Amino acid sequence: MSQTSRDRILGRVRRALAEAPAVREPARAYLTAHAPDDPAALLDLLHENLADYRARVHRATEGELPALVAELLDRHGAATVAVPPGLPPAWLSATTAEQRHDEDTPLTPHDLDGTDAVVTGCALAIAETGTLVLDGGPGQGRRALTLVPDLHICVVRAAEQTVASVPLALPRLDPTRPLTWISGPSATSDIELDRVEGVHGPRTLQVVLVTDA
Amino acid sequence: MSGTFVGMPAFPKAAHDAVRDTTLRANLRHATHTIRDKRAVAVAELADWAALREAGRQIKDRTLHHLDAYLVQLEEAVTAAGGTVHWASDAAEANRIVADLVKATGETEVVKVKSMATQEIGLNEALEAEGIRAYETDLAELIVQLGEDRPSHILVPAIHRNRGEIRDIFASEMGEWGRPAPDGLTDRPAELAEAARLHLREKFLRAKVGVSGANFMVAETGTLVVVESEGNGRMCLTLPETLISVVGIEKVVPTWRDLEVFLQTLPRSSTAERMNPYTSMWTGTTDADGPTAFHLVLLDNGRTDTLADEVGRQALRCIRCSACLNVCPVYERAGGHAYGSVYPGPIGAILTPQLRGTRSELDASLPYASSLCGACYDVCPVAIDIPEVLVHLREKVAERGGPGHRLEKAAVKAAAWVLDHPAALAAGERLASRTRALHPKRLPGPGASQWTESRDLPEMPAEPFRDWWKRNRT
Ligand code: SF4
Repeated sequence: MSQTSRDRILGRVRRALAEAPAVREPARAYLTAHAPDDPAALLDLLHENLADYRARVHRATEGELPALVAELLDRHGAATVAVPPGLPPAWLSATTAEQRHDEDTPLTPHDLDGTDAVVTGCALAIAETGTLVLDGGPGQGRRALTLVPDLHICVVRAAEQTVASVPLALPRLDPTRPLTWISGPSATSDIELDRVEGVHGPRTLQVVLVTDA
Repeated sequence: MSGTFVGMPAFPKAAHDAVRDTTLRANLRHATHTIRDKRAVAVAELADWAALREAGRQIKDRTLHHLDAYLVQLEEAVTAAGGTVHWASDAAEANRIVADLVKATGETEVVKVKSMATQEIGLNEALEAEGIRAYETDLAELIVQLGEDRPSHILVPAIHRNRGEIRDIFASEMGEWGRPAPDGLTDRPAELAEAARLHLREKFLRAKVGVSGANFMVAETGTLVVVESEGNGRMCLTLPETLISVVGIEKVVPTWRDLEVFLQTLPRSSTAERMNPYTSMWTGTTDADGPTAFHLVLLDNGRTDTLADEVGRQALRCIRCSACLNVCPVYERAGGHAYGSVYPGPIGAILTPQLRGTRSELDASLPYASSLCGACYDVCPVAIDIPEVLVHLREKVAERGGPGHRLEKAAVKAAAWVLDHPAALAAGERLASRTRALHPKRLPGPGASQWTESRDLPEMPAEPFRDWWKRNRT
């Protein structure tokens, strides 16, 4: 049945195109990036665009990171935090929040719903659009981890993980991994176009730009 | 259909049902103008917009030209990644495939991401007939579903509802579907969104089956892409055990790299953002992350007919950004429901009659639901020449014959010529404006009533659209 439909659809496509004139390779006359290739300027742009989409942005050195993470968890009254596999233990070394590791027994959706926050790294950050990309690699975890808890703290290693643009980001990503692109917290404008944050995803996105290697 | 009005309709006159229509019109006007203005700013940020638009057009044209090869490549890649591909010739077949897949899981509930393809095939109703309840999870879709209503905009389906109406719908209906709205719910958007969050989270956490569409499918890698804002999409795509995606065959793009064009043009054209809050990409299934079973249903349902029309096939380039709706003077006044299809506005006026054919009088009248002002073409990020297709479809409707077809043919020929001669178009609009007292108030002929039943026939504007546009835009 579905085999016949497959043949029927492909046959119809071929017949529809029988007379179509040839088309050439698409011209890609657009820019690779719109921002200057200067690390400091890129970082500023990333910072600005993240903040413009209502992420809260901080800068810290690797050494300052644990205290900052602890303070951010505290500030949101987060008593529990989901921890993806491979997250550097140092990042959570200063917090007293209960750590729930998503390892041997994965956290259920209900477990996650009862967890206040999640701390992750990322695969890339795109400066021009203010976007964080997570690919499930070490320190990032399953997609559900950064979705269900209400606070997401995302750490960006600024020097090696910032790219200028979408065209520069794609070649650095592996399409066979599940990818989540995040630009600001969950938002809706469905009610009279008033923007409201946190309909379903985390209401708050805290981004820490780590500025030394 | 006889004596069809083939003038250049522009602005509808004030509604008879003044109160109701005033609300609708005010909502629409506010919404479309807000998005329109923001979009212009977002687009202006990119110095290479014209080149991106041209690349998008060319990529889509090339895809359509080799659509058979890309679909086969996509099928191979999805299958290799652990997914299962199904092919559906029409709505009935797609619905049956999805219903059977859901039944095989033993579940009687599914959570849904907003998807035009599933609306197009009437999936929710088909599932309901099989005893399966489909929950819409996009906030606007939830409003529409609870209100037993129909979407009126591609991007903001409940654009025709204001906060007071939404409050009333939530307060009275949520309890019927699950967790009731909190007592004393007010009409503050944040409170309404919170009520939706609580109502839906309960469903997300127990859902075993998710149903989605997709914005793009990458032939080279088998990757599907869903672009959204709220996170309800992510919930449906990652929490259930089984994911079923119903996607039109035209949504394929050849390469991973091609996304660099559309991920720049879609958000800016659509919500006027540099990037939408969430984009999910997945390839088949992944161990220990997301659904363990993934089914892709490739939908034809009239798309191959559209592909066979050399002028009309460009409608298949559409990436559903809705920019054309927001600039359309006819849409702004008529509202989305008037188009009688899930695809409203200028794109609906050319897509619906091609997907469904023009056998019904409503569908035959859609190519006339335009002022041919060209604003839709100007904003379209894949450069679909909507006015060109409209004129082409008018000609086809006229060719089908019936009383009055000779008149229509002549009129359409004239319109086609006028489109190629901008100065004449401007003059023609002025002439039409001056003679508007002579234009009919309702579409004559039997089928035309369907199109005008729900609202008034656009009245010729007091001034030509182009003049108005120039005056009001700067
Ligand atoms: S026709 Fe163009 S402008 Fe309209 S929704 Fe489709 S892509 Fe967007």
